[in-house]
Formats: sequence, C-alpha cells, structure tokens
Amino acid sequence: MLHFSLLSILIWLPVIGAILALMTGGDEHANRARWIASIVAIANLLLCIPLYLGFDSGSYAMQFQENHLWIRAYDIHYALGVDGISLAMIILTNFTGLLVILAGCNAIKFRIAQYMAAFLVMQGMMIGVFAATDAILFYVFWEGMLIPMYLSIGMWGSSNRSYASIKFFLYTFLGSILMLVALLYLYNQTGVFEIQKFYGLNLSLHIQKLIFFAFFFAFAVKVPMWPVHTWLPDAHTEAPSGGSVVLAALMLKLGIYGFLRFSMPIVPDACANLAWFMIILSLIAIVYIGLVAIVQTDMKKLIAYSSIAHMGFATLGCFMVYYIMKYGDTYKDAYMSLEGAVVQMISHAFGSGAMFLGVGMLADRYYNHSRMIKDYGGIANKMPVFAAFFMLFAMSNVGLPGTAGFVGEYMVILSAFEGQAWVSLIAALTLILAASYSLWMYKRVFFGPVANEHVEVMEDINWVEKTNYILLAIGVILLGIYPAPILNVLHVTVDHLLKQSLPAAMTGL
Amino acid sequence: MTNFTMPLFSVAVPEIFVLCMACIVLLVDVFVKERFRWVTYALVQLTLVIGFLLTLQQYHDYPQPIVTFSGHYVLDKLAVLTKLFIFVVSFFAFIYANLYIKERRMSRGDYYILGLFAVLGMQVMASAYSFLTIFLGLELSTLPLYAMVAMQKDSRVAIEASMKYFVMGALASGLLLYGISIVYGATGSFEIFGMAGLLQNASSTQQAALLLALVFILAGIIFKFGAVPFHMWVPDVYTGAPTTVTLFIASAPKIAAFAITMRILVEAFPALTSHWQHALIAVSILSMFGGNLLAIAQTNIKRMLAYSSIAHIGYTFLGILAGPVDPQGYSAAMFYIVTYVIVAAGAFAIISILSTHNIELDQLDDYRGLNARSPWLAFMMLLLMFSMAGVPPTVGFFAKLGLLEALVAAHYVWLAALALLFAIVGAYYYLRVVMLMYFEEPKSNLVGTHISVTPSLMAAISINGVAALILGLLPSGLIDLCRISVS
Repeated sequence: MLHFSLLSILIWLPVIGAILALMTGGDEHANRARWIASIVAIANLLLCIPLYLGFDSGSYAMQFQENHLWIRAYDIHYALGVDGISLAMIILTNFTGLLVILAGCNAIKFRIAQYMAAFLVMQGMMIGVFAATDAILFYVFWEGMLIPMYLSIGMWGSSNRSYASIKFFLYTFLGSILMLVALLYLYNQTGVFEIQKFYGLNLSLHIQKLIFFAFFFAFAVKVPMWPVHTWLPDAHTEAPSGGSVVLAALMLKLGIYGFLRFSMPIVPDACANLAWFMIILSLIAIVYIGLVAIVQTDMKKLIAYSSIAHMGFATLGCFMVYYIMKYGDTYKDAYMSLEGAVVQMISHAFGSGAMFLGVGMLADRYYNHSRMIKDYGGIANKMPVFAAFFMLFAMSNVGLPGTAGFVGEYMVILSAFEGQAWVSLIAALTLILAASYSLWMYKRVFFGPVANEHVEVMEDINWVEKTNYILLAIGVILLGIYPAPILNVLHVTVDHLLKQSLPAAMTGL
Repeated sequence: MTNFTMPLFSVAVPEIFVLCMACIVLLVDVFVKERFRWVTYALVQLTLVIGFLLTLQQYHDYPQPIVTFSGHYVLDKLAVLTKLFIFVVSFFAFIYANLYIKERRMSRGDYYILGLFAVLGMQVMASAYSFLTIFLGLELSTLPLYAMVAMQKDSRVAIEASMKYFVMGALASGLLLYGISIVYGATGSFEIFGMAGLLQNASSTQQAALLLALVFILAGIIFKFGAVPFHMWVPDVYTGAPTTVTLFIASAPKIAAFAITMRILVEAFPALTSHWQHALIAVSILSMFGGNLLAIAQTNIKRMLAYSSIAHIGYTFLGILAGPVDPQGYSAAMFYIVTYVIVAAGAFAIISILSTHNIELDQLDDYRGLNARSPWLAFMMLLLMFSMAGVPPTVGFFAKLGLLEALVAAHYVWLAALALLFAIVGAYYYLRVVMLMYFEEPKSNLVGTHISVTPSLMAAISINGVAALILGLLPSGLIDLCRISVS
C-alpha cells in the first residue's frame, strides 16, 4: 500500500519537517532544528529506494500514480506520477537536498531553524514539480518554490542580496506567468488540466507558436538561456552556498524538464519549426557564455556562467532531435541526443553542485568571505584533501572522460553530428572553453605559493564536508564510468517522449 | 400598485435583528459604566454572531430567490452569502479594533454602534432589489464610516480624511442618484426585477437616456469602489483614518459594493452589456496600471495598500466584464473580492497590532527586521503579501487563476496577459515589504521593543493569515460557494 502515497510522502515529509524545525524556535535550540532537518532529509532519501526499486523501467506510463479531485470548479486534480525522467530528477532532488542540509548544518550560523525550514520546503516543492501530472498542480509547486528560494537568498545571502533576490523572483515570475496563460488556453481547448491530455492536440501552427513562446519564456528563464540569463549570476553569487547548490543542481533543471514535459510534446510542430532558434540560442550559450566565464574574477560567478553554458548543451540536445530527424533521418541518433540532454541535466547537478559547495567552504574560511579568485592561491598546500576533491569536480565540469560531465556532452555532440556537422563543431568548442575556465581558475586558486596570511590559516575540510564530498564524488565517478543504473530508468521514457515530441510528418520515417 | 400585499418580514429577519440590536446597544452603552464598557463590545459581537446564524438558517430555508417588500428587497444566494461574508469580516474587524481604540481613547461604544449600523447598511445593499433600496443601503453603510474615520479627534489627518471621504462620497452619491433618476424618468420604474425586460423593448430615445444614466451610475459605483479614474480619495482616506477604520473600510463594504454592482449591471442592465463592458475594460486597465505603479512610489504602508486596493478592484472588474460571455467570470470576481478582503483585512490588522503605545507604525521602514522582532507576525504578513501578489500556494493565486480562466474563455486572452504583466509590477512592492521584514535589521529605536499582542488578537490574526494559506491549498469550497451565489 506504500505505493499509493509514496510520492505524497516524499513531497510533504520535508514540509512537515520544516514546520517542526520552525517550532524549535530561535537559535538557542539550533541543534534541534539541525537534527530534525537532517533526519527528514535522510528519511526522504531512503524513501527513494522503494521508489527506485518499485519503478518498472520497462514501461513509459506514469507510475506511483495518485489522483484526487482538488478543485472541483476547474477540474483540477491533485495528480502525481513519475516516469523515468522525473524518477531520476526526484532522486537527484533528495540527494541534493541532503547535501544542502548537511552543508547548512555546518556553514549557517544564525536563524538556523528558518534556514532549514526554507530548504526543506524548497525540496518538497521541487519534488512536487517533478511528480505533478496536473498542470495547475505543477504550476503551484513551480511558483511555490520561489518563495523559500527568495527568502534564502535574501536572508543568508551576501551584501547585495536584496537586489539579487528580487531580481530572481521577478524574472522567474515574469516567465512563468506567460506559461499560466498558455496553460489556461490549453484548458480552454480540452476542458481538463491533465498534462497528458494536452499532448496531441491538433492546434494550428500559429497557435502552437504562440504557446511555444509562452512556454519558452517560462522555461528559458529557468534554464537559463541566453539572453534571459542575467538573473542567474546575481542570484548565484549572492545566495548562500546551499542556495547556489539548489539553484544550479535542481532549479535550472526545471527549465529543461519543462521543455521536455510541456513544450516538446504539446507543440511538436512549433518546436520543429523553431528548432533553429533554440539551437542558435543554445550555441550562443555554449560559446559566448563559455567565453564570459573565462574572464570572471568571482569564483561563484564563474561557476554560474559555466552552468549556463552546460545547460546550453541540454537545450541543444533537446531541440537538435528535430534537425537530426530532418537531415540525418536516424531515429537512433535523435534518441541519443535527447537522452544525452537528460543525462547532462543529471550530471551537471553533481559537478556544479560540488563546485558551489566548494566555493562556499573556501569563503567560509576566509576572513571576509571573499569569493574573488585573486584573494586565494596555494590552497592545495593548506587543504590538500579539499583540493583533491575539487580537482575531480572541476574535471567533471570540463567533461573529462570517466567523469559525469563527459557522458551527456559526448552523447549530444556525437548525435548532433548526424544532424548538422557545424552544430556539433561549434558545440565541441566547449571542450576547450570549459577546460580554460575551470582549470585556469583551479590553477590560480589551488596551486602556487600560499597567497597571503588569510590563506595561511585555513584548515582542511571537516568530517561533515568530507561526507558531502564523498557522496558527490561517488556520484560523479559512478555516472562517469557506469551510468547504466540511471540510463536503464530513462530508456523507455525517453523513447516514448521522443515519439510524442516529433511532429506527425517525422514519426512516419 | 393598488393591491397592497404584506411584505414577508421573515425574510428580512437578520436586518430587523441587527437594527433592533443596534438600538438596544446604543441604549445599553449610555448606561454602562466605563469599566463595563466591554459589555457593548460583547453585545455587538454577539449581534454579529447571531446575525450570521440567522442568515445561515435562511440559506437552508430559502433555496429559491424571494422578492418582497413590493419588489424592493430580494433574498437569493447572492444576498445571503454576501451577508455571511460581511458578518464574518466585520466580526474580525471589531476584534482587531478592540485594543487599538482602547489605547487611543476613542469613544468606544460609539465606534461599535456606528460599525453595527454600517453593517446593517451593507446588509441592505446585499438584499437591495430596487434602485431606491440600493441607495438607501449605500448611504446607511457609508454615513457611519465618515464618522468612524473622524473618531480620532486629536488627529488632524483623520479629520482631513473624514472630510475628504464625506465630500467625495456625497459627490458619488449624487452622481448615482442622478443616474437613478434618469433611469426612473426613462422607464418609470425603480425595480431591478423586470428592468431587463423593460429595456429589451426600449425606444431609441430611451436607449440614449439610459446610456446617460449608465454613465452616472457607473461613475457612482466606481467612486464607491475606489477605482481609477475616481480613486483620488482612496489613498488619503486609507492613510488618514485610524488603522482599524481603514481595515473596516477596505473590507466589508467592498463585498457589499460587489453585490450592488452585480444587481445593477448584470441583473438590471443586460441590454447595455457591451457598453458597460467597454467602460469596465478601460477602468480595470487604468486601475491595475495606476494602482500598481503608484504603489511602488509609496513609503507609507497604508498608502501603499490603498493603491494596491485600487489595483485589486481593477482585477475584480475583469471578472465582471468577462461574465456576460463566460458566467464563471462573476463567480471568479466574487471569489477575488472576498479573498482580497480577507487578505487586506489581515494586512491592516498587522499594522494596527504593531502600532501599540499610541505610535503609528505605518512607514515601510518600521517593518525592517520584523522577522527578528516577531517571527510569527512577520510570517503572517509574508503570507498576506504573497497572497496579494498572487503567488501560489496562497489564495491570491487561485483568485487570479479564476479571473484569467474566465478572461481566456471570454476570448480576452490579451487582457489576461496584460493583467498578469501588471501583477508582476505589483509583485515588486509586495516583495519589498517581505524584503524589509526578513532581509533587514530592525531600526535602532525599535530594537528590543516588545510587541504586546493580546491572545484574542493573536488568534484572530493567526486565523486570518493562515486562512490565506489554507484557502490557497484547499480553495474548492469557497470557489463553489461563489459559484452558487452568482449562478
């Protein structure tokens, strides 16, 4: 019977945990809040085990379904379910959630109960987004998560936090609001809010394009794609490191997830028609933002820009399928491209999440919490264990074979070759760019002589941080050399998704 | 008109009861000693509770609409539910007022009695079924409010606000009355029942006269609601009035005004639909634009909320104007106004709660670091602000969702998109309040000052704030109620 409400438990357990944590009161009982949050986060991650084991990877249907009528007047349902992609994302969310809570236990010094509550609520909302199969429920979770994120940036962020948090909120709010109009239009056409029912509507190309752009703004802001990415560097740099991790590892993925769940299956003709547009934006993100990343002086900003570049790969993989089907005519490659995009989503979470945590650890140890590259140097001398771990994650960011970062990028580039060789040539530039910004930063921060007296007193990471990094390292390496457990879950779902996302004219091939 | 029939007094029991009680409380208040002044308060609250129960009983007793008092009075679902909402909101408004006026030594018996008469006026508005009773109800509900605004005798701004409110209100009443007289001249009837039929066969001269009447009546209604272009009184009155009076003005009368708008525009003037629709489109766009934009520039939170109320009225009109094409628009508008009233009442209540020791804490800066001073109140304010901004999972989102759904169904997709764009503008200043409360440190003169909240106040504001969240998580019941009321 556990199956019936497993998803609900996953969503609401963190929320209940948040309420409990808040009830512990002020900072005099901080340890209670820490314990509650950690236990809830661990419990949630453990609950993923029955979810994973009970999931039938041979079926593309939604599983662990729950369905209750929520709002009668508009036929809105509290409907949950997971397919392969959302399963992977939910597990990832719980994994990252635990890391963030653990890191927060260590790094946050004031208003701890509220911090834990904010992140637990965020985790619950995020799982809700991935599990919702009703459009309005999806939207409620999608927007609901903005509130704790807004608060966490504003309350525990650095100096310019108010500006960054409001910019973050308004930007994403603006994007999602157009999506709401599109959803209402679709509701008007179908009479239901069930996402599955939106698929395969016979909408005219003109309408499809309008809907495409409404969705585009919502998801492109979240991804974020060039040119609506400007909120991200601000939000990332000002957010506490836990917030940065959630932003990079999870929130950005929501954009891609939205493209996969909404744009591509609902308006396939418009997607095929406008694939060039998306591909060009993705390439700009990969190359131009990659170049921008190189010149950053702030470590967090650098990683933020590198996130945008990496997300460019995910969007490229999604929309390249139309080019591959059009020019290359091979379903297998289109499939690989899409799966590559999904893998890129997952792998990026490990690499960038770990790097953001790392910058947080450095800044916490520095006397004025500086994130500037120039303030550091020779960290490897003082923090050898940390330096070794960070090397691994930087390599994953570069896309070194054997690390998580390699798999997705490789799949996308390889399959893109079948569509348009020039696309894959431009995309491949990332291998140079990523190496430049990641390794150059690594060199400046970690190698060389100890830069100044502040670095001199820095101590190596403690056991909590080590635990975090060991977990992440396992993730990065496992995904790099043996991605099968994740790919197995994805195969059937991605295949089905691709079939739904191709316009009728292409699926005949 | 020759054959006189006895009116059905039984359908007007709640009004009769409230009227009697208002008179009784007035007498009781004269004779009780100062230290037993709470008796007045208790009696007034008891009146509201019993009035609520009586009306609730009517909800079950009269499933079909009943028109009586020679066609001047109606009892239908809209009337009953509007009254229920009014009772609940007024009940809360008086709880919030209790401590506030005690500290400011406003003559306390009068406050509640005037309030009770205003409630009676709103009840009449809810049940009014002819232009005469509409006018009667409107005047009965606003006259006590003018006096309540002026109750803080030592406050110059309050007196000024009262004067402004009175002059502007009188002007609006005049406009409305003029419009009504033209309607009477053109049709020979005051009654809403049958007005629609009369207008169906109107001659072209009649049509022209009615159009003129519509302009004046609409102006009167917009005045009372406080929407652009007749919004000038709103910021001054909201800012100048004692906070609990502002709370009262901003809450229950809006629901009553919605009821008479429905009566006049939808039930009496369906023949002129396309005309008032166009007028409302202009009014709502201007209100959303003006209200939201001007709110950004405010440094006084009461004034900011005043402009925000203008914007919210603009949103409510969206539902009404979508109504003729998609009837769900009316229920969406009703849902919107009811939830807005709940949220606005909560927000003003927090301002009044914080303004202890006779100091008005109505500057935005006073809200700096509220989270550090009182996490629970800050959290309530956070919920209310996000609800006003329309962010899920608070109730404000479902209010906006209903409106947008109606607009899209009525083929006003562009208007829906526009409304949402203004919502983003609006989100900024609500977020700013949250930002001040959570991201900043308290002002130095407020650090460590104790916020004393009586248990009843705490309970009321907690119910109010949490309602914004609970109604957002489980909005179905209220949406259904609103649908029943305007079906």
